[in-house]
Parts: sequence; structure tokens; C-alpha cells
Amino acid sequence: MSGRVEGSMAGGGSAVSRVVIYGLLLVFAAIFLTPLFVMLITSLKSLDEIRDGNMLSLPQSPTIAPWLSAWGTACIGLTCNGIKGYFGNSIMMVVPAVAISTILGSLNGFVLTKFRFPGHKLIFALMLFACFIPFQAVLIPVARVLGMVGLGNSIGGLILVHVVYGLGFTTLFFRNYYEAFPTELIRAAMIDGAGFFQIFRRILLPASGPIIIVTVIFQFTNIWNDFLFGSSFASGDGVPMTVALNNLVNTSTGVKEYNVDMAAAMIAALPTLLVYVVAGRYFVRGLMAGAVKG
Amino acid sequence: MAFLEIKGLVKRFGKLEVLKGIDLDLERGGFLVLVGPSGCGKSTLLSAIAGLDTISGGEILIDGEVVNDLRPSKRDIAMVFQSYALYPNMTVAQNIAFGMEMRGVPKPERDVAVERVAATLQMSHLLSRRPSQLSGGQRQRVAMGRALVRDPRVFLFDEPLSNLDAKLRVDMRTEIKKLHQSTGKTIVYVTHDQIEAMTLATKIAVLKDGALQQVGTPAEVYNRPANLFVADFMGSPSMNLLTAKAVSRNGVAGLELPRAHDAAIFLRLPPNIRAGAVQDGAELIVGIRPEAITDPDGADRNSPLVEIVEALVDVVEPAGSDTYVVTEASGKEVIARMRSDADVRPGQRIPFAFDLNKAVLFDPRTTQRIG
Amino acid sequence: MSSSVIDPAVIPRMRARPRASLQDWLPRIVLAPSFAVILVFVYGFILWTVWLSFTHSRMMPVYALTGFDSYARLFAQPSWWMALKNIAIFGVLYVVICIALGLTLAILLDQKIRIEGVLRPIYLYPMAVSFIVTGTAWKWFLNPGTGLEKTMHDWGWTSFQFDWLVNADMAIYTIVIAGVWQATGFCMAMFLAGLRGIDGEILKAAQIDGASTYATYRRIVIPALRPVFLSAFIVLTHMAIKSYDLVIALTGGGPGNATELPSTFMYSYTFTRNQMSVGAASAVIMLMTVAAIIVPYLYSELRERRQ
Repeated sequence: MSGRVEGSMAGGGSAVSRVVIYGLLLVFAAIFLTPLFVMLITSLKSLDEIRDGNMLSLPQSPTIAPWLSAWGTACIGLTCNGIKGYFGNSIMMVVPAVAISTILGSLNGFVLTKFRFPGHKLIFALMLFACFIPFQAVLIPVARVLGMVGLGNSIGGLILVHVVYGLGFTTLFFRNYYEAFPTELIRAAMIDGAGFFQIFRRILLPASGPIIIVTVIFQFTNIWNDFLFGSSFASGDGVPMTVALNNLVNTSTGVKEYNVDMAAAMIAALPTLLVYVVAGRYFVRGLMAGAVKG
Repeated sequence: MAFLEIKGLVKRFGKLEVLKGIDLDLERGGFLVLVGPSGCGKSTLLSAIAGLDTISGGEILIDGEVVNDLRPSKRDIAMVFQSYALYPNMTVAQNIAFGMEMRGVPKPERDVAVERVAATLQMSHLLSRRPSQLSGGQRQRVAMGRALVRDPRVFLFDEPLSNLDAKLRVDMRTEIKKLHQSTGKTIVYVTHDQIEAMTLATKIAVLKDGALQQVGTPAEVYNRPANLFVADFMGSPSMNLLTAKAVSRNGVAGLELPRAHDAAIFLRLPPNIRAGAVQDGAELIVGIRPEAITDPDGADRNSPLVEIVEALVDVVEPAGSDTYVVTEASGKEVIARMRSDADVRPGQRIPFAFDLNKAVLFDPRTTQRIG
Repeated sequence: MSSSVIDPAVIPRMRARPRASLQDWLPRIVLAPSFAVILVFVYGFILWTVWLSFTHSRMMPVYALTGFDSYARLFAQPSWWMALKNIAIFGVLYVVICIALGLTLAILLDQKIRIEGVLRPIYLYPMAVSFIVTGTAWKWFLNPGTGLEKTMHDWGWTSFQFDWLVNADMAIYTIVIAGVWQATGFCMAMFLAGLRGIDGEILKAAQIDGASTYATYRRIVIPALRPVFLSAFIVLTHMAIKSYDLVIALTGGGPGNATELPSTFMYSYTFTRNQMSVGAASAVIMLMTVAAIIVPYLYSELRERRQ
């Protein structure tokens, strides 16, 4: 995805075809941006303006009241404290889950590429397939087990689940990256007398910057955006941001405050959008690594 | 007693046997070069000595101690890798000191050792750089420094010069030779380049398909190759290997080499072949190096047996210091090495001098040398 | 040639000084917890689910086997058939349209477009944001009372009708629209990477051979993208079967059960309708479908790499 490559087809033909190409690309861009645009402008309008005005028109008198309401006072279920608590839930779930799954993935990748022992291929294949299972196939047992060990309806339970079902991907990412890491460096360090963790910490980790970023972003986005696990294994005040947002938007009591809904949605989207804007190309690399496997 | 001993070494990957029972030894201060085409098992053998690969059978001894079960870091060896394997995130000084750091050598001592080695290799000015800021030759030097600083019992080199350009390779080759002479260390060196093997070794081991073909001094391996494979592999341009028939003419035992457009060449038997070692009418392969076929003036005056043969010149290849002249015999090209100022043109018939003192005979069925 | 068997005399010495120290076992010890967790949480739990699908579990699991009863009950449910019909419609349209649009956008973007750096992230951002979030906007946009239909009426086109979201016959197509919107950029990125990976000399050769731009794409470029088509197909099919947020955020499965998918069916039968064994049976069928697509693909990918 990086930059121009000589192999690209030469920009063909007449000015007319150039205009058509640019026109098509811009129309698609507009279509792709519309939902985000509607969300943003609606979140800045008053309810009256929404009722009387047009969906696509810019706010006449922009207000951040809906954002404040969404953050602090909107009612979700029986409580009216906004989404701030759920935002905090998501943070407390995402940070440890991303950290643990990334660390384990990098250690697994190291072992699977540099220490070939009987069965390592089978082990990797089993971990790889785990990336692709529909989670419905494990939903009931997970719910039972979390309940049994006392992690039901808790952030800890969600962290555990996200670590376990993220391990396949993080291992895959690091394995593919370390596969290209020169084995001679590991051998040189062995002759120099370095042990397993010394090699990992002193030789491998300092060279792992890019793949750590890819993995962290991929895991962060996936876990922050998760809805299925959140709605299955948490309830009440313990649910993550996405579940709370869905509850807020789909509540059927009282007047529908579209502007507050949209503001809440924007707040829920901000962390991942921010990551995407800052480190988009790493995000794409993660997606592709998960899709075409390097 | 030998300093490094390898006894019946076997290495299998699954069912595939990549080392088929290697027996080798090397005296203290010796320079052993393992040479052979890619896939012959030479690098696997080196890894086994280093302890980076486990072995399936046999024994490896260093200074009388069996090291089979010792981890690489406990064998007191140092290794220079083909890719140099410099740690990219560390400076040159840190790279050189890493092994001592892992062994718990205190920092002041490490610094002194690094300075000393850097001075020996004339790279004190590079110590604070990172590998990515170094040229190929400089990286090579750092890799050697990392090995030298440890002062190990045995140095292992895994094709250390193959990533350098031709000129630098020759310079570094000389440098390694000097290093060996000045330190007197025991060295095992892997290469696929037979010139490197000839120039560096005190002992050459030629491998093919996981089996030793010949072990000997460079001169032995070059002049008296044990079989057709070694004859063909060592030397550039390689040895002329020509099918011949043992015949007797007028009671003189000799070799007959048919030619396409001329009468067959008759050469008397090389003096090193015992009479009776070759049966009349037997098929043989005669091996004769290009430098043993010259113009008559260039022939070795001390040789007991030089045969002069007239032949048609097919191709002339001036190579600067010499001129290679190609003719034909036994359906193959025969390359002769003549003086650079020899006045030879394609299509001429000129006399060629065959120095049979330097010729060797092989049995085509067993491929082994005769006599 | 010496014997390949270790001399028995060596063996006691090997025992006395074992090479197999902690350091040698460390790699396996480090990998073991992750592998154990995956064995239990993935493969163990799958077996557990399969077992449950052969019982009469309702709200709580029971473990007495009752054969294929749950599967029979599953396939007797009209809403399961609805889910199957919907996943067929959704899956086919989603995969085909995403690939077609993604390829088109990739080819257009590959014409030395100066603002490519701006456009590419715009096409891809839907993949980075939860559909629970963007679904809020989509729902509003597709709702006849607030969105597109109202906007058109406001602009004076009063006969304009767009009520697919609340029309039981058409609601599934709104799911397709939203799904395509979300995944097309990802497809585009895959195809663009494929296009950039094509050897430039082949294209120069085609130009010298006098091939038009159209012919070059049809005869050389698109055939060279075959592996990308395969990857895109596999990934999209797999995402289609797992789609869950999309339906929940947009229609909640409605109107009625018009947009039920196997994923939502499984959830509601298991957790809200207390028909755990039927839910488990539907999960097993989902898993088998995914496995039928993914396993051959992974097998061939891992094999190719070995060579």
C-alpha cells in the first residue's frame, strides 16, 4: 500500500476520461462519508432544528449540548449518567486485553518461528483456524464457564475472552513477521550465551516495532468495536461502550433525542477514528495480514 | 592428539540423512576448510560443531572433551556468519561486547577488550556506529571482532566472504589468513569457493551429498584428486577429463584419445602409474589440468614426460595473464593454458605440450583415481 | 560409513550431563499456556456446543443425549428457514457487490490519481468503526420518517418512496447496502495491493505489444489478480456468516423476523427464548459452513508456504 510503484498502469487517455475517473471517485467518496457527516452535523443540532430542517443541511446554530448530555446525563436503562461510565468500562477492558494478547502473541510467534519442534505446524494450524470460527459456536460454554469461575458479568471476564479469542490473530501476525527475521541473529546470540528471554528482549523486541503497532491497532479496534461478547457476557452498568450505545439508541421510552444518539455514537467512534487517522496504514496492514496471511 | 575430532557424525532430518558418518580431525592451530557444492552438508556440519544443530549419531570432541551435549555457549567457540548476524539495534561496541555481557563480564573489562579488538582490526572509529551505517566490508570486520574478542578455542566461519564484492573478498581473504597466522587459532571454515579453500586451508575436506570425498592438504586435493567429483570441483577452469582407451603401440603402454577430424592422440602412460595397473583395452578417464597443456616453450623442463601433439585450434580466449586455447579430443573441449603473448588464432594447427607428470587417471565405473 | 546408531557407551554420559535443561524446554513452556487455552476455549468449547446440540437443553444445559431432535426442531422453525434464505441473499449480494465495487475503485485509484492519499482512507474508514456506531446514522438515513425519503419530500419530490427498512420484503436489502458500504473499502485495499504487486515489465511488454488499456486489464491484469479474488471471496464469505452487529444495529432482525440471520437466530434462541439446544444446533451448522470454506483455504495456503 505504500506509495507509487512503477508497475502502476499509466494514467490513460484523454482529458474526458480523466474527468470521468475523478468524478466517479469523488462520488464514491461522498457516499462513503455521508453517514459520518450526517452523524456529526446532527449531533450539533438542536432537536427543533432536526425536526424542521433537512438531514444534510449544516447546523444553523451549532450546539455542543447534545455531546454534554450524551457524555453525562443521557438515560440508559434506568440510570441517567450518560455514557461516560461505559466509556470507562471499554477503556478498562481494552487496555489489558490488548497488552496481554500482544505480549503472548509475540512470544508465541518467536517460539513458532525460531524453535522448530515436532508438531509446531499442527499447533500453528490449530491456532490459525481459531481466528476464523464463528463465535456463536463457543458462546454457550463461555457463558457457563465465566459464570462458574465467578467472572460472569465482569470486566475481568471480558478481558479473558478477548485475550483468548485474539490470541490466534496476534500469534499469526508475529509469526509471519518473525518468519522473515534472520535466524542467524538468534544463532549468534545463542553462541554469545544469551538465553530465551534475553534473546527475546535484547534481539527480537527492539526489531519488532512495526508489527507491535499493527497488532496493537488491530486488537484495539476489534475489542473496542466488539458487540457480541459485550452483549453476551456483561449487563447493567458493566457493559462496554458499544452495548451501552445500542441500548441508548434503541430505548423506546420518552422523546427520541436523535442529536444525543448521534453525539454518543461519535464519542464511541472517536478512539478508533483517532487511531485510524493517526496510524491508518498500520491498520490496513493488520487487516490484510489477517486476510491474506502475509 | 587432534584438537578437534569428529567421529562417525550422522545427522538426519526425518528420514533424510544429510551427514552420512563424517570422520575428521584437525590439529591445534590448523585451518580446516569444508568445501563442496550447495546442499552438500558443509553448513550443517559446521552447525553441528557449533552446537546449533543437534546430531543424530557420532561424537564431536574439542581438546579431548566430548561436547555433544553442551549448549553452543558452553563449547567455547565463536562463529562468523554469512550474513554477519550483527544485532541491528546495538552499536558496534555493544555488538562486540554482547557475548561478554551475557557471561557476566564487568563493564570496565568489556570496554578494555572491545578497544583492544577494535585496534587489532583497525575499526576503533566505528565503535559507536550501528550496523546499518556500515559498509559490507566494515560489517564483516565487526563480525570478526565479535568472534575475536571472546578468544575461543575454535573459530567457525560460515561462508563469511560470500556477500562481499570480488575485490573486497580478496582483501578480506588475505586478512583472515594473516589473522590465522598471527593468532595461531584453530579455525573451521565453510565455503563453496574452491579458490578460498585453496588459499586459506592447511587442510581441505571436500563434501558431496553428506559424505566426505577427500581430506588432505590443498596441494594433495588439487594435484591428486581422489575421484572425478573432486577433480572437477577443484580448480578453475576445471580439469580436462577425457575418455581414453589403454593401448600398447610398439610395446609402449599408452592412452588413445579419439578426435573428430584428426587421427587419435596417443599419450604415453603417466610416470606415476605402475606398469600393469592398467589393462590393455580398458576404458579410462584421463584428467589433466589446463596449466599442464601448454605451448612447447612453456612446458615444465623438469618434467620426466612431456608429449607434443599437433592439434587444431577451435577457440582462443585471452584472459590477460594467460591465454586459454581450446581444442578437441574425445568429443569434448580441451582447454590449454598458454602464455599471454602466444600468437595463436582459431583454425591454426599448432603443437600442444601435454605434461603427463601432472596427469591423473580415473576408473570411469568407480569414478575413483587409479594409482 | 559408520553406523547411524548411537554407540551405547555414549548413552550413560548423555544421561549424566543432560542437554535437555530448562533452557531447552523454555520455548515449549512459553507456548504451552496459549495453546492449552486455545485447545480448551476453542476446540473444547466447540465439542461442548456440539454435545449440547444433541440434548434437550433449554434455559440450563442438560447433558442427556437425545439424538438429532434439536436439529429436527431447528429445521422445523420457519424463522430458521428465514435466516437461511436471508444469509443466502445477503451473502451472495454482499460478496459479489463488494468484490465488483472494490475492484472498480482499485482500478480507478490506480490511474495515477493525485488525491489517492486522501481518497483511500475515506473508502476504508467504515472498517475501523463499529457498525453499532455507524448503524445509528444508517438507521436514521434509511428511516422513511427521518432520512432519505423525508429529505426528498422536503426538496419537493413528494412521490419519492424509500421504505425498505420497514418493508418486510425489502429490509434484507438495506442490510446488504450497509454491509457493502462497510466492507467495500477493505476489498479495494486488497485489490489495490494486488495491482501494485504486478510486475511492471509485463505491463510495459503489453504496451509494446499494442494492447489497449481495456485489453491490458482484461487479459493481463485481472487474470493476475486471481489469488486476490480468492482471498477476497474467502474473507467476505466468512464475514457475511459472522455478521451480527449489522442486523442488530439496523433492524434488530425485524420487521418481524424479516432480517433474521443465523447469527441473530442463534443468539435469540439461546439467550432470550431459552431453547439452548436449538441455538447450539444452529451454531454447529454455522461452524460447519465456515469450516467448509476456511479449512481447504488454510490447508492450501500452509502447504504453498512450505515449498
